[in-house]
Amino acid sequence: MAKKVALLQGNTACALGAVYAGCTFFGGYPITPSTEVAEVMSEELPKVGGKFIQMEDEIAAMASVIGASLTGAKTLTATSGPGVSLKQELIGYACIAETPCVIINVMRGGPSTGMPTGPGQSDVMQARWGTHGDHAAIAVAPASCQEIFSETVRAFNLAEKYRMPVQVLYDEIVGHMRERIEFPEPGELEVIDRAAPTCSPEDYKPYDAKSDTDVPPLAAFGSEYRFHVTGLNKAADGFPTTKASLVDFEERRQIAKVECPEARADIESNEEYLCDDADVIILAYGSTSRSARYAVNELRAEGIKAGLFRPITLWPFPEKRVAELGKQVKAIVLPEMNLGQMIFEVERIVKNDCKLAGVHRVDGEPINPGQIIDQVKEVI
Amino acid sequence: MAYDYEKSIRPGKLPHIWCPGCGHGIVMKGLIRAMDTCGLEKNNTAIVSGIGCASRLPGYMDFCTLHTAHGRAAAFATGVKMAKPEMNVIVCGGDGDGTAIGGNHFIHACRRNIDMTYVLLNNHIYGMTGGQFSPCTPTGAKASTTPYGNPDPIFDISKLAIGAGATFVARTTAFHATQIDKLIAEGIKHKGMSVIEVVDDCPTTYGRRNKFRSVVDMMKVLKDTAVPVAAASKMTAEQLEGKILTGVLYQEDKPEYCAQYKQVIARAQG
Amino acid sequence: MSAKAEIEIIERYCKGCAICAEFCPTKVLEMDAFVVKVANADACIACNQCELRCPDFAIKVHKL
Ligand SMILES: Cc1ncc(C[n+]2csc(CCOP(=O)(O)OP(=O)(O)O)c2C)c(N)n1
Ligand code: SF4
Ligand code: SF4
Ligand code: SF4
Ligand SMILES: [Mg+2]
Repeated sequence: MAKKVALLQGNTACALGAVYAGCTFFGGYPITPSTEVAEVMSEELPKVGGKFIQMEDEIAAMASVIGASLTGAKTLTATSGPGVSLKQELIGYACIAETPCVIINVMRGGPSTGMPTGPGQSDVMQARWGTHGDHAAIAVAPASCQEIFSETVRAFNLAEKYRMPVQVLYDEIVGHMRERIEFPEPGELEVIDRAAPTCSPEDYKPYDAKSDTDVPPLAAFGSEYRFHVTGLNKAADGFPTTKASLVDFEERRQIAKVECPEARADIESNEEYLCDDADVIILAYGSTSRSARYAVNELRAEGIKAGLFRPITLWPFPEKRVAELGKQVKAIVLPEMNLGQMIFEVERIVKNDCKLAGVHRVDGEPINPGQIIDQVKEVI
Repeated sequence: MAYDYEKSIRPGKLPHIWCPGCGHGIVMKGLIRAMDTCGLEKNNTAIVSGIGCASRLPGYMDFCTLHTAHGRAAAFATGVKMAKPEMNVIVCGGDGDGTAIGGNHFIHACRRNIDMTYVLLNNHIYGMTGGQFSPCTPTGAKASTTPYGNPDPIFDISKLAIGAGATFVARTTAFHATQIDKLIAEGIKHKGMSVIEVVDDCPTTYGRRNKFRSVVDMMKVLKDTAVPVAAASKMTAEQLEGKILTGVLYQEDKPEYCAQYKQVIARAQG
Repeated sequence: MSAKAEIEIIERYCKGCAICAEFCPTKVLEMDAFVVKVANADACIACNQCELRCPDFAIKVHKL
């Protein structure tokens, strides 16, 4: 049977991906260029018995998705720029309380209101470090409408599996671009549901980790399990503690559960295009990677051995592979629609193993292949 | 037999952290009795709070409890209630939590008329952080950030709730202990957003600075300034100066939010 | 006069705020340093006010 296909905007693909993943709750607040995600969710969720609520601001939207998630629902919110800034305190809450949820950030420029209708990629570091305190982060960055669909599904899977907020970052260009997408059949993409506790309700402790990288199961409010949730540092039983050893264990575990080698192997996802024999790598993510791929083809046609390395998972960052590539190539060129964010992460990893040069643009225009090609020629 | 509070409290959690004479404990006892009267099941009832001394209340209660971030309780609770409307949802928190940082969430929960019961413990001060003035600190009063007296006018929380659309609004004080559970129970039974403001005391950060010799003095003031609504209707404006009206201040039947959304689902599926 | 209730004081919960003693209509209770004690047991009329107003779950009125 032929697959269902449609010509869809990225934001629509995102919403439909969420529904595919089993999302039943959306709490949001409109902001360009993410609004269409909310609009489509308001139409689609009630059809499947799910709930859509437009809250009074982004903080409330974030609060509502955490509250709803604690009842067992898969939950989504979507926003951009200033809205992401407003959500930060509660993103931290979701981290420490280990509550799954997915946050869509359709990136625009900034700071502040900036250029609401222009694309940007300036939230890469915000996605990693936006909320205060030590914490892990998972963020993915799809580059096409089809990939927005599948990465949104994967974001839900990661949120449920690792019991934490997961951010999906794409820019205005991909968010508003229309592309043909093929709908996966039910069951075609993996959908991970929340692990239920197996112990008796009396024995249940919401943070009862079996190891220092463990993700303990989260019960649902309204089930036979009854528990306490707080944003304070807490012990295995969920109640506040200031005991140094317990606080230390929990803080480290909540990071290690994402950054241990097994988890990294599971979470990380990259695309490599002509990297094996490359002398120069263009490291690009999101819509910028589309210009980068074009540049690679042009450069190859001119006899320059260029390759594209595209992190799909931005956080945790693919440190190991980037370090290997740094040793292999003469130079890495990193185009991004900001004045330097991911480039510092790459610099930290490749050190002096190869040359590193950025292509940066914050004028609301996308980075074009010509700019990338020029920079590649300049460094090699 | 004396009333058994322990059956609603998590084992080993008492004594609580509140200071000697802090009214929050009296309110918690009233809440326990009210929830008991209404037969709320532990597994099917969420108690949601923000941050502050008052917001530590849920941690003691043997229910599904959610201690959130400063000011955000009503928004978290809205998520819980929307996602699982069959759950009973109680929100509790302080005057600062509910009317300053969380004022917007508070009024919008009222506006939606979502079926939950908000117990607002109004001690006129930011207790937890050491006594800075809140939107409910009386004009002229001393707080750690109003050393020359508070220049700000106050919010009348109950009027705010009524104006914002809550459909059951009541007020009492920590002195009037039996009225606390009576009003909260009525609020729980009411379908829609109910707000029960309990005027209570913070002897540690408010009483001390404002020349109350003891918590007993503060309780006496609560006793003397409370006027039941029925009695108030026979009093002059002059006589009512500085008084707090107690009892059910407002009640109305209006469509409840989750019920309204059920119709949205029916239309989408129809 | 005989007591209408037996007053139980849970000393480890009592924080000595004196609310119970102050508002007891028949002055059954008295403060003893930082805890309350029953000083006049026979006068208790079992009105329950001390229990209702104790913020600390430290006093129980067992009606006789
Ligand atoms: C975002 C944020 N801002 C400020 C604080 C500091 N803070 C904690 S509790 C509190 C005030 C609490 O006052 P209230 O809600 O009236 O409760 P009370 O302690 O008086 O019971 C403040 C300002 C915080 N925890 N979070
Ligand atoms: S500081 Fe005030 S509000 Fe906080 S526990 Fe002490 S008396 Fe109660
Ligand atoms: S029950 Fe009434 S009379 Fe007896 S001690 Fe308590 S307050 Fe006093
Ligand atoms: S009211 Fe309670 S805490 Fe206060 S003195 Fe009496 S028994 Fe002790
Ligand atoms: Mg207060």
